[in-house]
Amino acid sequence: MSTLILSSASNGRAKRRANRSIVLRQLTLPKLALRMTLLVLLAVTVIGFATIDTRDTDLREATGESARYFGIMFGSPEPSDQVTFGHAARQVLITLSLAFLTTLIGAVVAIVLGLFAARNLTNPRISNIIKGFISVIRAIPTVLWVLIFSIGAGLGAVAAVIGMSFHTVGYLLKAYSESFEELDAAVIEALRASGASWVQIVFQAVLPSSITYILSWTFIRFEINFAVAVAMGAAAGAGGIGFELFQAAWFRLDIAEIGYITYFIIAVALVMEIIATRLKRRYHIHD
Amino acid sequence: MTPDKYFRRQKFVLTAVLVGMVLITLFAGDITRFDTADAFTAVPRVVRWSFRNFIPDEQAVSRLPRILSRLLDTIYMSVMASMIAAILAFPMALLGSRTTRVAGWLAGAARGFASVFRNIPIAAWALILILAFGTSDFTGFLALFFATFGFLSRAFMETIDEASASSVEALRAAGASYTQTVSQAVIPGSMPQMLSWMLYMIETNIRSATLVGILTGTGIGFQFDIYMKSLQYRSAAMIAICLIVTVLVIETISNALRRVIL
Repeated sequence: MSTLILSSASNGRAKRRANRSIVLRQLTLPKLALRMTLLVLLAVTVIGFATIDTRDTDLREATGESARYFGIMFGSPEPSDQVTFGHAARQVLITLSLAFLTTLIGAVVAIVLGLFAARNLTNPRISNIIKGFISVIRAIPTVLWVLIFSIGAGLGAVAAVIGMSFHTVGYLLKAYSESFEELDAAVIEALRASGASWVQIVFQAVLPSSITYILSWTFIRFEINFAVAVAMGAAAGAGGIGFELFQAAWFRLDIAEIGYITYFIIAVALVMEIIATRLKRRYHIHD
Repeated sequence: MTPDKYFRRQKFVLTAVLVGMVLITLFAGDITRFDTADAFTAVPRVVRWSFRNFIPDEQAVSRLPRILSRLLDTIYMSVMASMIAAILAFPMALLGSRTTRVAGWLAGAARGFASVFRNIPIAAWALILILAFGTSDFTGFLALFFATFGFLSRAFMETIDEASASSVEALRAAGASYTQTVSQAVIPGSMPQMLSWMLYMIETNIRSATLVGILTGTGIGFQFDIYMKSLQYRSAAMIAICLIVTVLVIETISNALRRVIL
């Protein structure tokens, strides 16, 4: 590979070398890092496949079986004695409600913390402390939070909602504080110069100018929280449609019923995705 | 509109939204039997409980080898799922992207397919797959793979749209073939961003693998569930600490890599 030159310069322009041949491609540091990363990930994948524990499942047979199950699920979903239309609709409402309460609590906490995390409204040390704290909180999976709360504070909706709120706060805090930081520095300076207090600046300038972003981001998180609430219903006994899915798959082994429940979940998720996509497009939000 | 009228209307809209939110909150609290008084004391109660019960002891430390081996399985699983999903999501994204699509109907089909995959929650994937594949790590891998595939397909589509539109146009104008355009413009242009998405999915999958593990009875999640249910909270705490360290280390490496490649 005589045409590859190792250079830390990141411009991709062709360089002439001493022998006058034109170098079309340079192996720059970013490219090298990219290739090494891909190689490492590929190696890990190969080793992973070589050592994965399949518990002696015949993979070909299981694949065929899965395909047949998927056919039944999506081709002939059926309600059962336990899961009728009315029951499934009620369970979906419970899951949506859990997601709603989680989003509400998360949003309130995130607005308050977001004001202290935004660099233009606070000093850098407080901002860094809050952001560091949040990254530790986010490192613990939501299902662990819910399980910890259901043992430490008792089973029920409270444990589920508060357990799910942690990642919601982390997510919204980042979104909110970034939209607070977009406020023109001159506005804050002008208000400060005319003697406005911190509280006045927040309520007269910061919140009004970012309210549409706050609401859009909150809805986007609500959409995510619906899927989270389905998962917590299944894995942590939080109730709702996820719990029905868990019952159908582990105990009733009713594939047509699993299909019926899955259709309910997909329908709600798709409607929310359409709304969220419109909001993102209107406010040019990238998540 | 006079300012007076404008403010009055805005006040009305604000009040309506607030009343609506309060009503929904009351309904949601009622249907889930959410105990508000309980909620206010929950966090202090859990903090107190954690200090008494959720700190690793000697037994938990002695279990570290087993926990670490489960953790390693989990890391393998998330990397595998992200890598295989990325390899399959790329052709899907080529078909669905506005700049590289082959035919309109095919692009619509690709987008719709990716959208359905993305909207089936990972918990549903895990519970569906367990019926045929049983309680094994492979089931967990498949569930992570399907969910990641849906997410990456869309992320890659957007990346290709953004990163390579102008260079694709230039190459097309110069008479390059489809394969040439993809290999010379699309892949070099969008690779850094796509790798960044993969790193993001590896981080996310480590957390999701815990959830999938509980549902499929495998890996670190299942181990945590067992310790919690058999009241061995101190060993469960050890798992939580290991997960925090792992996620933070992976996040730090990813961020360092992003700074170099992006």
